[in-house]
Amino acid sequence: MLNIVVCVKAVPDPKEACNIKIDPNTKTLMRCEVPLVINPLDKNAMEAALQLKAQFDAHISVLSMGPPEAGNIVKECLALGADRGFLLSDPAFGGADAYATAFTLAKGIEKIGSFDVIFCGMASSDGSTEWVGPEIAVFLNIPVVTMVKEIVEFDKEWWKVKASLENGYRLMQVKLPAAFTVTRDLNTPRTLSFSGIIKARKKEITRWGLKELAVPAEAVGLKGSPTVVSNLSATESKRQVEMISGTREEKVEQLVQKLTDAGVL
Amino acid sequence: MKNKQAPVWVIAEQVDCRILSVSFQLMGQACKLADALETTVESVIFGDHIEEQAQQLIAAGADKVYMGISPQLELYQPEIYTEIIVKLAQERQPAIMLIGSTSMGRELAPLIAARLQTGLTAHCIDLVLDADNVLEAKIPAYGGLLSIICPQKRPQMATVAQGVFPSPELDENRTGEIIALDILCDILRRLQTLEVVREASDGISLESAPIVVAGGAGAGDPEGWDKIADLASALNAALGCTRPAVDEGWADLETMIGQSGKMICPELYIGVGLSGEQQHMVGIADARIMIAINSDAKSPVFDQVDYGIVDDCREFVPELIKKIKEYQEKQGTC
Repeated sequence: MLNIVVCVKAVPDPKEACNIKIDPNTKTLMRCEVPLVINPLDKNAMEAALQLKAQFDAHISVLSMGPPEAGNIVKECLALGADRGFLLSDPAFGGADAYATAFTLAKGIEKIGSFDVIFCGMASSDGSTEWVGPEIAVFLNIPVVTMVKEIVEFDKEWWKVKASLENGYRLMQVKLPAAFTVTRDLNTPRTLSFSGIIKARKKEITRWGLKELAVPAEAVGLKGSPTVVSNLSATESKRQVEMISGTREEKVEQLVQKLTDAGVL
Repeated sequence: MKNKQAPVWVIAEQVDCRILSVSFQLMGQACKLADALETTVESVIFGDHIEEQAQQLIAAGADKVYMGISPQLELYQPEIYTEIIVKLAQERQPAIMLIGSTSMGRELAPLIAARLQTGLTAHCIDLVLDADNVLEAKIPAYGGLLSIICPQKRPQMATVAQGVFPSPELDENRTGEIIALDILCDILRRLQTLEVVREASDGISLESAPIVVAGGAGAGDPEGWDKIADLASALNAALGCTRPAVDEGWADLETMIGQSGKMICPELYIGVGLSGEQQHMVGIADARIMIAINSDAKSPVFDQVDYGIVDDCREFVPELIKKIKEYQEKQGTC
């Protein structure tokens, strides 16, 4: 049995992300105004797990850390075909940077129990760091390959994967248990099926807080984060815009003129 | 006194025995920070046959270069690199550690940070010292700039993309110390780089193109995206994109412009169907002329460009291409 853990994050819908504001007091993101969805690259992580399950005797656990509403994306993964869902949710986990997030998720994975493969999306669409996957691997003392774009060979012990590189790739050989962060080149995520949604109704999500993870409050959330936001400043534009208006034809005409004046045509 | 202070570190990177320009650019910034902190700059580099490259790092401002030379280090080996850097950092206790936001840097930096139990700021667009000499790493977010600090833990770590800082002048007469590292043999071999393949990239490279056309979510679908790509070819421009275009699967991650992508400075930038998100705009802020096409007259993109056009890009772009081609044909026959 191949035990797979997929880490997923609930992020503000990237399509509405421009509505996100920063709380001036706590200097953390106010996410409430924008609906939470599964981080786009985490869908590729989930798909990677599902494809393995189609070929092997595999068991998929989905793990997320976030507010109680993040349970919805864990449910979504259950509907896609995951076997078990876990949500780490506690006010004490709030305000975590990548380090504290990875630490908490690693504790969650340890509590889930045995694992052979951990999949994460390469980056999240909101925080835009890529640190959580590799830092989880450090906390669990397992190897990691980031930016995986192809799984070339796999068996119970050793995998060969291709990872993205500037204008190319690197071929990596890695011993399980191991963590992988995936890019969208790896696969095309499937969409939810009606029967999946029906089946997932019966599955329950396990919710763990600080007490269940048995970690000190100082190690998680804002308190466990080495980095903090010290300041937020507005950026000023150096440019004064000139709007080109008129009918479409007039606008095209004027724009081509601007391009000619600029010497690019 | 100078040598008693914790040094500023740069993890340098070479490909085929050429030091990446981002490593030189980080050396330049490290020197500025080290001057203000009255300390030294140290660099770490790995590879095979890299003695000359170590010397170049001194010319770029390093006082000390730790050089891991071995045939087995010719390719980036995550576990060995991490192990050596972590051990050395525990010994030398650097105040600051800077790493390029390359594929290697983006993997290595979090491995080192977690091992050293310290903070790491991703893809900064500026690095300054505050009144207490704490490193402020600036990242664009939600219409402004966030300053991230790591007040307690050391080193203070940050990754920075190529093009954020200028390349320093190399001074061939500068002197410094080069220290060859003992290569640890007892490293866990759980992970190995077997091969690195670099393919010639198709299209015009974003970094060197004088004209860049960038597309965003406003393309709507693959068909809309193709129109933006056509505009790029008509202008002989490089095609870039925003994060949503990558997420939609229209464009490659390697063509993403911005904080976690490419930082570029073309003569002309045309942003099509994108909303002017900070994370994207910082990558293009210094372009000479900037034009935006967006269907929403209130889009923040129009505050950040020289010329703005309110129109549906899916309708407007084909018309523009037609006109450009007419103009080019006319020019050709004259």
